[in-house]
Amino acid sequence: MSTAELLGKREYKYGFVTDIESDVIPRGLTEDTIRLISAKKDEPEWMLEFRLKAYRHWLTMTEPKHWPNLKYPDIDYQNIIYYSAPKQKPVKASLDEVDPELLRTFEKLGIPLQEQKQLAGVAVDAVFDSVSVATTYKEKLKKHGVIFCSFTEAIREYPDLVKKYLGSVVPTNDNFFAALNSAVFSDGSFVFIPKSVRCPMELSTYFRINNQESGQFERTLIVAEEGSHVSYLEGCTAPKFDRNQLHAAVVELIALDDAQIKYSTVQNWYAGDEEGRGGIYNFVTKRGKCQGRNSKISWTQVETGSAITWKYPSCILAGDNSIGEFYSVALTNHAQQADTGTKMIHLGKNTRSTIISKGIAAGKSNNSYRGLVKVMPKAENARNYTQCDSMLIGSQCGANTFPYIEVMNNSSSVEHEASTSKISEEQLFYLQQRGISQEDAVSLIINGFCKDVFLQLPMEFAVEATRLLGLKLEGSVG
Amino acid sequence: MLEIRNLHAAIDGNEILKGINLTVRKGEVHAIMGPNGSGKSTLAKVLAGHPQYEVTAGEVLYEGKNLLEMAPDERAREGVFMAFQYPIEVPGVSNAQFLRLAYNEKRKHHGEEELDPLEFKDLLKERAKVVEMDASFMSHSVNEGFSGGEKKRNEILQMAVLEPKLAVLDETDSGLDIDALRVVAGGVNQLLTPENAIIVVTHYQRLLNYIVPDYVHVLAGGRIAREGGKELALELEEKGYDWITSVDANKTGAGAPAN
Repeated sequence: MSTAELLGKREYKYGFVTDIESDVIPRGLTEDTIRLISAKKDEPEWMLEFRLKAYRHWLTMTEPKHWPNLKYPDIDYQNIIYYSAPKQKPVKASLDEVDPELLRTFEKLGIPLQEQKQLAGVAVDAVFDSVSVATTYKEKLKKHGVIFCSFTEAIREYPDLVKKYLGSVVPTNDNFFAALNSAVFSDGSFVFIPKSVRCPMELSTYFRINNQESGQFERTLIVAEEGSHVSYLEGCTAPKFDRNQLHAAVVELIALDDAQIKYSTVQNWYAGDEEGRGGIYNFVTKRGKCQGRNSKISWTQVETGSAITWKYPSCILAGDNSIGEFYSVALTNHAQQADTGTKMIHLGKNTRSTIISKGIAAGKSNNSYRGLVKVMPKAENARNYTQCDSMLIGSQCGANTFPYIEVMNNSSSVEHEASTSKISEEQLFYLQQRGISQEDAVSLIINGFCKDVFLQLPMEFAVEATRLLGLKLEGSVG
Repeated sequence: MLEIRNLHAAIDGNEILKGINLTVRKGEVHAIMGPNGSGKSTLAKVLAGHPQYEVTAGEVLYEGKNLLEMAPDERAREGVFMAFQYPIEVPGVSNAQFLRLAYNEKRKHHGEEELDPLEFKDLLKERAKVVEMDASFMSHSVNEGFSGGEKKRNEILQMAVLEPKLAVLDETDSGLDIDALRVVAGGVNQLLTPENAIIVVTHYQRLLNYIVPDYVHVLAGGRIAREGGKELALELEEKGYDWITSVDANKTGAGAPAN
């Protein structure tokens, strides 16, 4: 069977649209748009100021179109809807008040919001277009002092915490997309783990874009106080539209002394069709700050979706002995493009970072790793280990590695290893000769290739990721 | 079990097999011998369905079915096994994981229940004895970092797990020291039953001291030049392949022997 025939059999199963009445503001972006969003959310003055400052800065910035290894038509920022929310009661006292249509949508996506139906031990914040529609296990978490709620609620209920940390890792003027997000972000998740608490369950946010014309601009802020631990998961899907939608999120993590944050993503946004029509533009700024001594931030990402991925989850290793990790699988097929990697900025003494990146390119896709390891003068004895492996499937795809290494002291050590391989006909034949079908053989080889990253994922996510890669690659060989 | 009739096969347009005829019945061991380049390995790969080889004429019946129409994985599930001359590495995939997948594919194909990892572990432990393989090899990536001898043992372990009806051993003796050769051959002998058959492809006679063939076929220039019992292998050992190829040349009247 040819590639096309096989692929034709496999549909993006999350591509449905939920028919729901939404509160949508007119398209376009001006100061008035921002005031309108802020008013809709009933925000305090300081929040509006934060947004306006970001917006004014954004106006002076230009889109980073030249340095990433990505090609796409200009985005018309005046043709995007910046706020779209399902109509319902603003405050959800319980899940009973959430629109059943929304509950059904998330259930269909495999994310049941009724607590009794969920995977035990995972609390979920469900974000639909611009707003968070439900957060589960809130009460149980509260007993441990853990705050897990929508960003809107956090601004209302915990303004001091939000004020203290919002923009402290990714400033409003950090980059074009982060500034845009800071101006128009509509919701997201807020997590606060108090001193010495090990969060008793995995926390997760599930992002769903439903509206064809709207962008999704959400914000995640996770603060882990001294000695606390948290593991956070993020999943994303969107309906199939033949136009592109913009997703520009900002994620900020702060780890104080001895705190650990593990942040895992399985990204399966709609990737567009075989010719590259439609799909999500995923322009995301994710950064963690190891502020305290001995703190640790670990990013694990499995990126399989989006027409374009532009993201570099990074760690600022400020505290002495702090640790940053980045484990990534980025898979592109058809006409997908990815320019993704990480930045490890070593500021403190004895800071350590590990980067394991696995890029898989199939079809006509283009997959680039871009990473910066920067060791500042005071980061004595800093160490970094980087391993970048690329795998090509077929002969029309491309893989690139752009490592940037800047070392400003003599006591540190930085290691970089890179490899590029192809799935060989001999490898496939060997597995097939043992009775394994060609599709399963490809999956097996890819899963072996990604093993170092999958081992870092929480168990349920690892299973999901394995399955997802198999589906995404079906028919890409032969 | 296997009926090869006038098989011609080419790679990149060069004809390597030029009319092979061979019949293999249940319970038989056949040795395919011949000088380098005579088409021995090509025959093995064509039987297994290697995509680089093109069958240009002839037919192969396996259990009455047209083998050449089946995809390589289908042939495997139907019981055709090839032990590779150069076993392939699959990084990051454990031997146990790979073997269980292969084993279960075959069971599914035959409408049997799949084994879960624990059940399979027991089976694997039992079968590993056939080739005296240490349990630690099961958690290693397939063939990665294995020595030449370990790779060959691993091939026979796979054979032991998959229990093929027809096993084709492609130069399994190459690169083996005498101890490893004894273990590998001993493993193969344990797996031989009246219900299955083995084709041993080899350049040297020494493997046939351990795996004793019922028939020996000598390939030269893509054809079977000589056939006989196990004595033929000994004769070859003594006289070399030139003897056959020149006899063949005299017989057919052609000038140059096969390369």
